[in-house]
Amino acid sequence: MADGKAVALKRKKRVKLKRYFMLYLMMVPGMVYLIINNYIPMFGLYLAFKNIDFRKGLWGSDWIGLKNFEFLFKSTDAFIITRNTILYNLAFIVINTFLAVMVAILLNEIVKVRRVKIYQSLLLLPYLISMVVVAYLVLAFLDNKGFINSAVITGLLKRKSGISWYSEAGYWSLIIIFVNAWKNIGYLCVIYYASIIGISVEYYEAAKLDGASMIQQIRFVTIPLIRPTIITMVLLSIGRMFYSDFGLFYQVPMDSGALYTATNVIDTYVYRALIKLSDIGMSSAAGVYQSVVGFVVVLCSNLAVRRIDKESALF
Amino acid sequence: MKKRAVVPNIILSLLCILCVAPFILLVIASLTDENELIVHGYSFLPKKWSITAYVYLIQQAAVIVRAYGITILVTIAGTCVGVMLVSMLAYPLSRKDLPYGKVLAFIVFFTMLFNGGLVPTYLMYVRYFELKNTLWGLLIPGLLVNSFYVMIMRAYFVSSIPEAVIESAYMDGAGEFMIYIKIVMPLAVPIVATIGLFVGIAYWNDWYNGLIYITDPKLFSIQNVLNRIISDAQFLSSSNLGSTVNSAAVSLPTTAVRMAIAVITIMPILIAYPFFQKYFVRGISIGAVKG
Repeated sequence: MADGKAVALKRKKRVKLKRYFMLYLMMVPGMVYLIINNYIPMFGLYLAFKNIDFRKGLWGSDWIGLKNFEFLFKSTDAFIITRNTILYNLAFIVINTFLAVMVAILLNEIVKVRRVKIYQSLLLLPYLISMVVVAYLVLAFLDNKGFINSAVITGLLKRKSGISWYSEAGYWSLIIIFVNAWKNIGYLCVIYYASIIGISVEYYEAAKLDGASMIQQIRFVTIPLIRPTIITMVLLSIGRMFYSDFGLFYQVPMDSGALYTATNVIDTYVYRALIKLSDIGMSSAAGVYQSVVGFVVVLCSNLAVRRIDKESALF
Repeated sequence: MKKRAVVPNIILSLLCILCVAPFILLVIASLTDENELIVHGYSFLPKKWSITAYVYLIQQAAVIVRAYGITILVTIAGTCVGVMLVSMLAYPLSRKDLPYGKVLAFIVFFTMLFNGGLVPTYLMYVRYFELKNTLWGLLIPGLLVNSFYVMIMRAYFVSSIPEAVIESAYMDGAGEFMIYIKIVMPLAVPIVATIGLFVGIAYWNDWYNGLIYITDPKLFSIQNVLNRIISDAQFLSSSNLGSTVNSAAVSLPTTAVRMAIAVITIMPILIAYPFFQKYFVRGISIGAVKG
C-alpha cells in the first residue's frame, strides 16, 4: 500500500514537472534578454574601480580602487551635475503636478464627452513625439531668426537685436522647465483625470446641498479624494530623482557647450564622458554614483508609498 | 452648470493651442521662402511661400526613403518580437500555481529598481556582442523587453483570465503552450494591442540607440537623420548616399529644408494619431492604475 502511494506521488510530481516545464520554457527568451540587457551590466559596475586599458581587456585591467571617484568628486562637474539633476527634478515635480491637477479639474468641468476627448488628444500631442522633433520645434522659436526673436523681441518689443538663445545659459533653466511641462502635462493630466472621474457624484451633490461653491467643491471634495494618486505620482517621481530625460537636456539645447552650466545633468555627463571623450574612468564612476544613489532613493520613496497606499507601491 | 463651463472651455482651448502651435509654426516654416526666413525670420504668416525645400527633399529622396525603411523595419520587428517576449514572460508569472513564480517575478521586477547604466551596457554590447553599426544596435539595447510592461500585462492576466478556464482546458488535454496561444492570447487582445502601441511608438521615436551604437549613416533611422541634420544641414548632400544632383550648384535652402524634414518625420504619426488616440489615452490610464 505504502509503495503504491509513493509511486502515485512520484507520478504526480512528474506530471507537474512536465506541465510547468512548458511554462518555464516560454519564459526563457524574455529572461535571457533581461539577463543580458539588465543583469550583466550591473556586474559591469565594477569597471569604475579599474583603470580600463583595452590592451589588457576589461577584466584584466588594473584595480585602482576609488581613484576614479576621487577624480570625479574633485572636479566642479560633480557638483554641477548633481545640483542640476536634483533641482530640475524638484521643479518638474512641483510645477507639473500643480498644472496637471489644475488641467484635470478643468477637464472634469466639461460635460460633453466628445469635447473632453478632443482636449485630451491635443494635450497629449507633445507627449507623442520624440525629443529630436521637440528640439526642432524649440529651434523654430529660439533660432537667431526664430519666432521669439523676430516676432516678439524685435517685432513687438522693438528691441534692436534678438537674444542668441543657444549661447546664453541664463535663460535655459526656464526654457527646460517650460519644455518639460509642455511635453509631459498631457500625460499627467490623463492620469489625474482618470482618478477624478472615479469620484462618486454623490459627494458633489452632498457638497452642493451644503451650499459649497465650485471652488469649495474642488478644495474640499476633488483634491482630498485624488490625494492618494497625487502622492503616489509625486513619490514615484521622487524615486527617479537621480535620473533625467536625456533627450530634454541633450537634444533640446542642441548640445551647445555654452549652456552646459545650466543643462548638464548626470545622464548627459556620463554620455559625453563615454562617447565624446572616451573617458571610461570618469563616465563609469559617475554611472555608479547614479545607480547606487538612485537605488537608495527609489527604495526610500517606495517605502513612503507603501505607508500611504499599499496598492500603489511598486513592491 | 453649463454656463460655468465657459471659463474651463476657454482655458483648455488656449492650452490646446499652446500644444499645437509649435507644430503649425514648423509646417509653415518649411513652406516659407528661404530668403524670407533669413531676412524676416520665422513667422506664422510669412509674406512669401515656397515649396523649394520639399523639391530639394524629393531630389534627395534616396536618403530619406532608406532611413524610413530602416525605421519601419526596426519598428515592426521590435514591436512583434517585443510583445511576444513580454506576453510569454507575463503569462507564466500570472499563474498562481507556478512553482518559484514569486522569485521569477522579482527577477523581472528588480530591473526597474537598479541598473548598470550606460557605460557597462555600452561596453558589453559593443565589445562582446559587436552591435556597433549593425541593425541589431537599433533593435536590441534597452527597448525590446520593458519589465514595466511585463508587470502591467501580468496584472491584466491575473484579473481577467479565470483560472477555471485554464484548468478546464488543461483537463481536456490541451498543453500549456496551446492554452497560451488558443485561450489566453485571444482574451488578452486589448492589453496586447495597447502594449504593442506603446512599444511601437518607442521604436518609432527612438534616436538614442542610433546616437550611441550607429555611426554609419547608411544605418541611420529617420530620427537619426533628423538628429544629424539639426546640427549639420549639409548632411543630406554631403553623405554619399544621396542622389548625384550637384548640390554645390544649387543654393541649399538650409533652414526650410531642416523644417521640411522634421515635418516629413512626424507626418505619419500625426496622420495615424486620430485612429489610435483612444488606445493611447487608455494605455496611459492603465499605467496609472498599476504604476
